[in-house]
Amino acid sequence: MAKSTALARLRDAALRSGVPLVSRAIDVTRKRAEDFSRLLLGDDFQDRVEWLRRRYNSHGGDPFGLDPEVAKGAVTVLSFFHRLYFRTESHGLDNIPTSKAILVANHSGQIPIDGAIIGSSLFLDPSPPRVVRAMIEKWAISLPFASTFFNKVGQVVGVPENARRLLNMDELLLVFPEGVRGIAKPFARRYELQEFGLGFMRLAIETGAPIVPVAVIGAEEQYINLGNLEWAARLLGIPAFPVVPQILVPGGQLPLPTKYRIYYGEPLRFGGDPRADDSVIRDKVWLVKQCIQDMLSRSLSERQRVFT
Amino acid sequence: MLQDERLERGAILVTGFQGRLGLRLVRALHRTRQVVGLDARSGGALPADISNFALDPLRSAANQAFRLHELGAIVHLGFIPEHVRSAEERHSYSVRALERIFEYAAQFQIPKVVLLSSATVYGPRADNPQFLTEAAPLLGGARSAELRTLVELDMHAQSHAWRSSGTEIVILRPAHILGTVQNAASSYLRLPVVPTLLGFDPMLQAVHQEDVVRAILLALRPQIAGIYNVAGPPAQPLSRVLRLLGRKSVSIPHALARQALGGLFMARLSRFTSDELDFIRYVCMVDDSLARNKLGYEPAYSLEQTLAVVDEARWVP
Repeated sequence: MAKSTALARLRDAALRSGVPLVSRAIDVTRKRAEDFSRLLLGDDFQDRVEWLRRRYNSHGGDPFGLDPEVAKGAVTVLSFFHRLYFRTESHGLDNIPTSKAILVANHSGQIPIDGAIIGSSLFLDPSPPRVVRAMIEKWAISLPFASTFFNKVGQVVGVPENARRLLNMDELLLVFPEGVRGIAKPFARRYELQEFGLGFMRLAIETGAPIVPVAVIGAEEQYINLGNLEWAARLLGIPAFPVVPQILVPGGQLPLPTKYRIYYGEPLRFGGDPRADDSVIRDKVWLVKQCIQDMLSRSLSERQRVFT
Repeated sequence: MLQDERLERGAILVTGFQGRLGLRLVRALHRTRQVVGLDARSGGALPADISNFALDPLRSAANQAFRLHELGAIVHLGFIPEHVRSAEERHSYSVRALERIFEYAAQFQIPKVVLLSSATVYGPRADNPQFLTEAAPLLGGARSAELRTLVELDMHAQSHAWRSSGTEIVILRPAHILGTVQNAASSYLRLPVVPTLLGFDPMLQAVHQEDVVRAILLALRPQIAGIYNVAGPPAQPLSRVLRLLGRKSVSIPHALARQALGGLFMARLSRFTSDELDFIRYVCMVDDSLARNKLGYEPAYSLEQTLAVVDEARWVP
């Protein structure tokens, strides 16, 4: 009896003093977590998610399979990289038209983090938020999980029919005309634009969509690529096999925390015949490429440090 | 114009009408039109006003089905040979039967032939655009022998379309038909535990069996010819389809599923071939805007109705 009374007393004491302590600890933790998530996601994140649900859950859902809940999760994770890790600065968000447009950006950084950061910054920074639809490589679609994930966050297979349909749905399309040539560059050739594909220009002319040139600074230094092993890429059936020594250092698998700076230029409009000869289209593409190269050079000359 | 009149008044011959879709079509037609049924299979109870020919279309006796009535149109749903034959024999039988139908159409100057093809002829592929138009190449035969037959039939009808001037030819390519029909899509969704591929969740497009019947009726009107994709309510991810149906599902890695299904099929324990796994791996969706604009087709059944119909397991004729 005495024992149980002692135990009961102990329990009472624990409840009296312990519970408030624990609940205060929980409150503090919750407050911290809320502050932290507000720091990452901004005050109006819930409104942005509601906007996303309204836009993509009506009329039987997005025909390409964008799932607002998965997209929300992906943005939540990316917001850490966007705000804290890379501390992205976006410039010229006002230049993005409110309806359809093609964002044409330089591609760099060995793995396509640049696309993800552009996507999360355009969802978190402007009001109303924008959803970026990028075109992904065909080979990625045959990979389990990756293909499902890409579809659910709004990315589509890179074929012209899909791009045309997205633009007709007034979506914002993100294109990297350099493709693998750009992303897998060795470090020595950083910020040198590689050859541009012509498809995006034909698409822009055909659909009347303006082209927004985008310059991404900071991604080139995240992984130092010493060169590409062509035979290894062929053997594994992947587009490129970069040699990146830093991944051998513990923790070096993560990209270096460079500072991302994204510049959105003024929209360019092109007319003419979308089925014109390559030489005609190439001249127009050259203008876009030159525009992005100028933006890159200007921003690089202004940049004082890589990491801050 | 004489042909148009014949198309509007003449009898409609339906091949392969003893199938479940065929019987639905015949029932929808027979109140307003005279219906002639041609099928190698003999079947159950039919409305009394249907002239029923239980004949193999390749036999010369089959010509009476065409000779005895003034036909306005032929709806070709396809023949299933009576006894089980090899895939090779099934293929040549199907193609020869369709060829024979076109011969009869030319011989008796029948104004219209409607072929029920399938959207699967485009084939599920990683690099498919999300919405395939009628102009897309038919790549379904690249992997699957079953699809090769369908592609061949579709192409055969297309080649006739530009050769024969007297006959309007309509090819309908519906998305996965759901209903009491016994096709792969409906059988798959009827499984008590539905296997899916680990890490894949493609968008699926389905169409209610009654919507397909309506599309066929629309195709029977005069001045309608060509190829039309037919789709139902907006496409949904496979996972959502299974959730709406309340099915349990189990995810299996693709390599394992392929091996297992291959074995089961060889042992005749499964009616699905391992090539058909691609349908739950990649998209094969069609753009039906042509059917909506030119055919006046619009799906009448909602997503929930279209899915629920596979559960009408016990089929009442």
